[in-house]
Amino acid sequence: MIRFEQVTKRYTGGHTALERVDIDIARGEMVVVTGHSGAGKSTLLKLLAVLERPTEGRVLVGGENVSALKRAALPYWRRSIGLIMQDQRLLFDRSAFDNVMLPLSISSHPPREAAKRVSAALERVGLAGRDKAMPVELSGGEQQRLTIARAIVNRPQILLADEPTAHLDDAYARDIADLFRSFNEAGVTMLLTTHDGGLFERYAPRRLSLAHGKLQ
Amino acid sequence: MNWLRLQMRAGLRAARQMLRQPFNTLLAALVVGIAAALPATGYMLLGNLQRLAGTVSAAPEISVFMQPAASADTVKDTEKKIRALLAKDGRVELISRDAALKRFRDNDGLSEILDALPENPFADAFVVRLKDADAQHLEALRSDLAKLPEVEHVQLDSDWAKRLDAMIALGRQALTMLAGVLGLGLVAVTFNTIRLQLLTQRDEIEVSRLLGATDAWIRRPFHWFGALQGLLGGALAGLLALVATRMLAEPMGELAGLYSLEFVLRPLAALDWAVLLALCALLGWLGASASVRRHLSRIA
Repeated sequence: MIRFEQVTKRYTGGHTALERVDIDIARGEMVVVTGHSGAGKSTLLKLLAVLERPTEGRVLVGGENVSALKRAALPYWRRSIGLIMQDQRLLFDRSAFDNVMLPLSISSHPPREAAKRVSAALERVGLAGRDKAMPVELSGGEQQRLTIARAIVNRPQILLADEPTAHLDDAYARDIADLFRSFNEAGVTMLLTTHDGGLFERYAPRRLSLAHGKLQ
Repeated sequence: MNWLRLQMRAGLRAARQMLRQPFNTLLAALVVGIAAALPATGYMLLGNLQRLAGTVSAAPEISVFMQPAASADTVKDTEKKIRALLAKDGRVELISRDAALKRFRDNDGLSEILDALPENPFADAFVVRLKDADAQHLEALRSDLAKLPEVEHVQLDSDWAKRLDAMIALGRQALTMLAGVLGLGLVAVTFNTIRLQLLTQRDEIEVSRLLGATDAWIRRPFHWFGALQGLLGGALAGLLALVATRMLAEPMGELAGLYSLEFVLRPLAALDWAVLLALCALLGWLGASASVRRHLSRIA
């Protein structure tokens, strides 16, 4: 379903984040990418979300070269994936409900159906009843769950998560890992990056290791 | 329908954003309102002035006053001569000294003074109304009329009305220029407000882009924000013009009374209100549109 073909990403200034990376990910697969800081894990996800374009090579999804998508087509591509960024990017002046509603507002869902979906997504991540809470009133783990609810509310077939358990204690991290496992069991193709490969070990995902932009 | 629904939702988002910062919204609308109130009030006053001028004939009019001692035969003879001079260029009306006395007594409340006078102070007079307003022709006619026997005085009556018309035209021109300048100011105010809004909502814009928002989806509420701010400013401008009407109505009525004119200051009509609101909303939309076009691309 997802294929990285000889993908190289070189940033202005000459830093090479990824070098000739080849990856194939099947539909419904859960792939965990590990590596030290600066190994190129985030770049991998950014290339798939087309937040960056490869310097060389192609990124294909379902046979379509997404790295060649025109600017006008990008929003529609991003709506079809769930993206969880390392820095969460929650809107702190909006309630939990409004944060999760945002992707549905963007894709012009009818308000009633959207509200039902938001409630379902919040319930799915264990935040039922916290819809009126502001992000600042939530714990670190709850904030991460809120980010996940926002990523899944559009029911994406592909979920990308960049260090989703960073800055969380073990118990919260295990909760989040369980949550991802449940999405994967529901058929969502998942590509996660983490510095803590052991966390997902018990789900026996496919593991890829990056070092200095190269697959090990 | 889809387009309409998208616009309505964007409008609601803009309205919510305005309600989140009520003080800033009111302040910005007040700036727009004051800028728009000046031409709106000026327009309202000029409209009233023009209405006032319309009640006074601006058509060329010449008054020919006979000597008080002129006999009835002489007056009749003079009337014939005036008609001959006019041919078909106008018409003449005789106002006899008795009729003038009656009119003065009825209109000006000076009956006591008139009663105190030993005799009627008025002379027989002719009012000559002309079709042609050519200045040379008027002057030539005035000169011919003055040469008629037992004519005491000839007066061109339409001069002041013409001057008033000219002043109104000048005022209208100045008002158009003022409205143009203040309109530009309104666009600039909205441009800056939207620039600040874009900075305030930078995080939301970036997150929205990550989640698949198109530029149109991001732009739309800012356009609405500008238009709604303009609309609110226009409404405030209309209210300020209304307050000005109330405050000026009495002194203007008194001033008009001194010139024996019946005059009631009228506020902006419904159509004027609609035009004011639509223009302010349009200018707000233009300012917002220019600002979004310029600044949105700078937000990654």
